[in-house]
Amino acid sequence: MSLAEPAALPVATSAPPRPQILRRFSTRFKASLPAYLLLLPSLVFLALFTYGAMGRVLVDALYQRATPRAPVRFVGLDNIAAVLADSAFTGAVVNNLVYAVGTAIPSIGLALLFALALSRTNAVTSALRAALFLPVLIPMVAASALFLFIFLPNVGLLDYYIGSLLPVLPNWLGDSDIALYAIMVITIWKNAGYYMLFFLAGLQAVPEDVMEAAHLDGAGPYQRLRHIILPELKPTFLFVIVIATLNAVTQVDHVFVMTKGGPSNATNLVLFYIYQQAVEHYDIGKASAATLLTLAALMGLTALSFRTMANREGGS
Amino acid sequence: MKLFDRLFRDAPLATRREITPKLGFALTVLLAFVWLIPFLWMGVATLRPESDGINLMAELMPSLKPTLDNVRDAWEIGDFPRYTLNTMIICIGILLVQFVTITLAGFAFARLDFAGKSLIFYLFLMQLMLVPVLLIVPNLSLVAQLGLYDTLTGVMMPFFASAFGTFLMRQAFEAIPTELEDAALIDGASLLQRIRHIYVPLSMPSFSAFAIISVTSHWNDFLWPLMVINSPDKRPLTVGLSVFTATAEGTQAWGTIAAGTLMVIAPLLITFLIFQKRFISSFVTSGIK
Repeated sequence: MSLAEPAALPVATSAPPRPQILRRFSTRFKASLPAYLLLLPSLVFLALFTYGAMGRVLVDALYQRATPRAPVRFVGLDNIAAVLADSAFTGAVVNNLVYAVGTAIPSIGLALLFALALSRTNAVTSALRAALFLPVLIPMVAASALFLFIFLPNVGLLDYYIGSLLPVLPNWLGDSDIALYAIMVITIWKNAGYYMLFFLAGLQAVPEDVMEAAHLDGAGPYQRLRHIILPELKPTFLFVIVIATLNAVTQVDHVFVMTKGGPSNATNLVLFYIYQQAVEHYDIGKASAATLLTLAALMGLTALSFRTMANREGGS
Repeated sequence: MKLFDRLFRDAPLATRREITPKLGFALTVLLAFVWLIPFLWMGVATLRPESDGINLMAELMPSLKPTLDNVRDAWEIGDFPRYTLNTMIICIGILLVQFVTITLAGFAFARLDFAGKSLIFYLFLMQLMLVPVLLIVPNLSLVAQLGLYDTLTGVMMPFFASAFGTFLMRQAFEAIPTELEDAALIDGASLLQRIRHIYVPLSMPSFSAFAIISVTSHWNDFLWPLMVINSPDKRPLTVGLSVFTATAEGTQAWGTIAAGTLMVIAPLLITFLIFQKRFISSFVTSGIK
């Protein structure tokens, strides 16, 4: 740039930035275009069935129809209030909490026991692992069909073999005090083998030399478990707890097949309540409001667990 | 005790005399047997003749006069060939579309640099948190609006994009040395040709791991197809089995229910027993589906 044309200088610096930014943006966009095209198919379906669905839940939760054929009208937070006031919903939430804790703790405990017992690989342990893993593979509906007979009063498998040990034969699925626990047994049976896999993988990470040192120092099996294995498995525990919680909310097929939420809503779980509202009562407003509350609770929980995991990784 | 000694042969010397691990192992063996009882009953009850009556239905000792009557009855009452076909169409249809979407998206995340990459990455991550089954209500109304209510396409559509699959492929593609791609680039191969001829063939193990997870989870899906499908001839196996069970339960035809259940899970069980190792390693990678 020559000194002969100083007036051009400010113009040159102040005017071009806008097109330059635009041009930079457009070249950046052009360079990114192939990536966007590759992502497009996935993003279309995610937009329709994940983000769009989220948006529709939000909107649908704010509207209501007086009758199934009537036009929708805006009702604000009425649906949420109606759901929260519905004893079937609060009952389902309580059931779901009991169900979540009552399935997660035993199935994770059993999974840990299985993994510790079967951590060495040989023909016997492989066969046992396969046996414990089989329930994971089959549909929940098939598991329910089998357990329907197991819990059948008087002639079912359970009463046939252990009925004589009990003073009164309980109606496993028909008694509202027992039915939820009967349902939980199926979930534990079905999921323990799945969680076992993660513990088996986690046990691989326990350092061999630390274990050897513990043996040399005369640490007993309980001490090794408490001071070496369990601390090493902490990330696995967090991960499995998240999955077990998600499963407690999303697995309701057995409720549908075995009890339909009954007797007197004793086995109703949140997702089954949502299904009932949408399909049996055609109440999309209430179903959406219940979905919204469940999503909020789950997202809060996942965010929390991600933060604890991230903190752990950052800290250690 | 001999058996225990053999099983614990490769345990560290210092631990071989300990009792607790052996007790734990014995308990696990016992529980593994308990875990198998429902399957055992299913097999025994399937072969039990009707003449044994309802009171012997729970007996785990096989009948001395086994019969295939229950299998025939289940085959005739339930429309199992049709259900199996529908389930296979759903599983294969989902898988084929997923292969395309996850390959393309996985490649973009693994090898391309683009504006908003981390934002889009988080958008994908969100799908892992928002389990699709929770969004059945809004997705049902969308499927209905698209005119896909009561169609198999409607059942498949919400699963066409898979964040889990995308991340799996991203990982697989990142492990492939760039030199291979550079060589193809010099030879003038286009982007899609490079994906098709270099990345895809070298990532087959990841594809098969994903296929196992995808097929088993959609083979077992129940609530979503139950909502989308209305006509009996479009039911997948799970929905068909639940209807079949409800009908047969009314007549106490437990042998038939056992036979029907066996038919539904046999394909999965047989495939699992053949490819056991592969299944187990795939399920470990699955974590959140």
